[in-house]
Amino acid sequence: MTVIVKKTTQLIAGMVFLYAIYIIIHGHLTPGGGFAGGVVLAGSFILLILAFGSDFVNLTREESGSTMYENLAILVVVLLSVSGLLMGVRVFFLNWLPKGNVGELVSAGILPLYNIFVGIEVASSILTIFLALVIFKEELSE
Amino acid sequence: MCRFDNYVADYDINKRSLMEIAISIITGLMIVGALYAIHAKDLLSAVIACGIVGYGLVICFLLLKAPDLAIVQIVVETITLIIMVAVVLDSSRDEPYTRPDTQGYISIATSILILVVLFYFFKISIESLDAFGAGSLRMAGPYIEGAAEKTGSANLVTGVVFDFRGYDTLGEATVLVTAVLGVLTILRIKGKK
Amino acid sequence: MIVYLLCFILFLVGLYGLITRRNLVKIAISLSVMEFSTFLLLALVGYVDGGVAPIVDPANPVQKYVDPLPQAMVLTAIVIGLATTAMLMAIIIRLYRKYGTFDIREIKSLKG
Repeated sequence: MTVIVKKTTQLIAGMVFLYAIYIIIHGHLTPGGGFAGGVVLAGSFILLILAFGSDFVNLTREESGSTMYENLAILVVVLLSVSGLLMGVRVFFLNWLPKGNVGELVSAGILPLYNIFVGIEVASSILTIFLALVIFKEELSE
Repeated sequence: MCRFDNYVADYDINKRSLMEIAISIITGLMIVGALYAIHAKDLLSAVIACGIVGYGLVICFLLLKAPDLAIVQIVVETITLIIMVAVVLDSSRDEPYTRPDTQGYISIATSILILVVLFYFFKISIESLDAFGAGSLRMAGPYIEGAAEKTGSANLVTGVVFDFRGYDTLGEATVLVTAVLGVLTILRIKGKK
Repeated sequence: MIVYLLCFILFLVGLYGLITRRNLVKIAISLSVMEFSTFLLLALVGYVDGGVAPIVDPANPVQKYVDPLPQAMVLTAIVIGLATTAMLMAIIIRLYRKYGTFDIREIKSLKG
């Protein structure tokens, strides 16, 4: 890729990452949430890999890292939803943290935690799919 | 008071027909884009024309007052286009346009028959739907009133997705993990070690 | 009513492309078009005249909101559609590596 693409990607990728974290964390106040923020988070990593190629990044190590994050995140989501069985009414998916006032950042019980971990899981899934395709194409062109 | 009621009703009906006209125009553009994507001679043009349908859907979601869906659809459509272009650019891009032989004519005739039958049945069934925008779904009221206090979130769609309908979200996350497992299994190179 | 008809015509265009095309990439594109028409129909059903987007602002309360339940269903469906399309593309690229062509009739007659 040319110098313009590389310089622009260096300047922008950090801001896209921060914007994705903003969408995930404010999921219970403004439109967005875990799924939209997760896909944008994957997009920032895909931008870096597309601009700089596979010379700068060890792709197989990146792929093993992203599969580990994905499986850990889905495990935490299941554990959070099972934890409703231990509190109070003993119902699956109970919203048991204090709810606070509507419209503040720290409110809505367990919903921001759900948003964060579902966001990490979606981002790692899409990054793994993309890396599997790139590794397949590279290993066959050798 | 009655005069104001008439005025409000007229205003609503005018806005409803304006919204119908806008969504109809954009859906018409989506149909033209889909028809071109099916008949294109170059595979890269077909993939880009598939992007017309996706991005037109984003405008429709914004007109229908659904900003959550618009954000998700625009980023998902971009990722889908990246994956499709990565598949097409690495292989032969042209589709040789051959005249349809006997089997091709049979499949075109079968498809036109199925399309006509399905269209007739659909025309019968939309007579029983309410008018566009009447808003007569039964569970809308119990979900909206008191939802902000019951779940504590200001965004009602997030409250419905993660609190009232948590099982669907768990199922969706499981489907994503399964799809990643499937992709990793299909694209494995044998005999590496 | 004409909005519902146009949405269903989009579905029928995708179905026509799925039945009659021989190229694997065009079959995947037609499947994607059919999914988009379903999302549009679900979002159309939940619209309320004069409603606003379903975000609650405690300062100024509003009477009419657009129905949030079809939007939650479409949110789930969009992400599942992405997973399905990605897996289909992985199968297609594997078939191309093995047989050298995208045409389903030639693949059927080669039988690796």
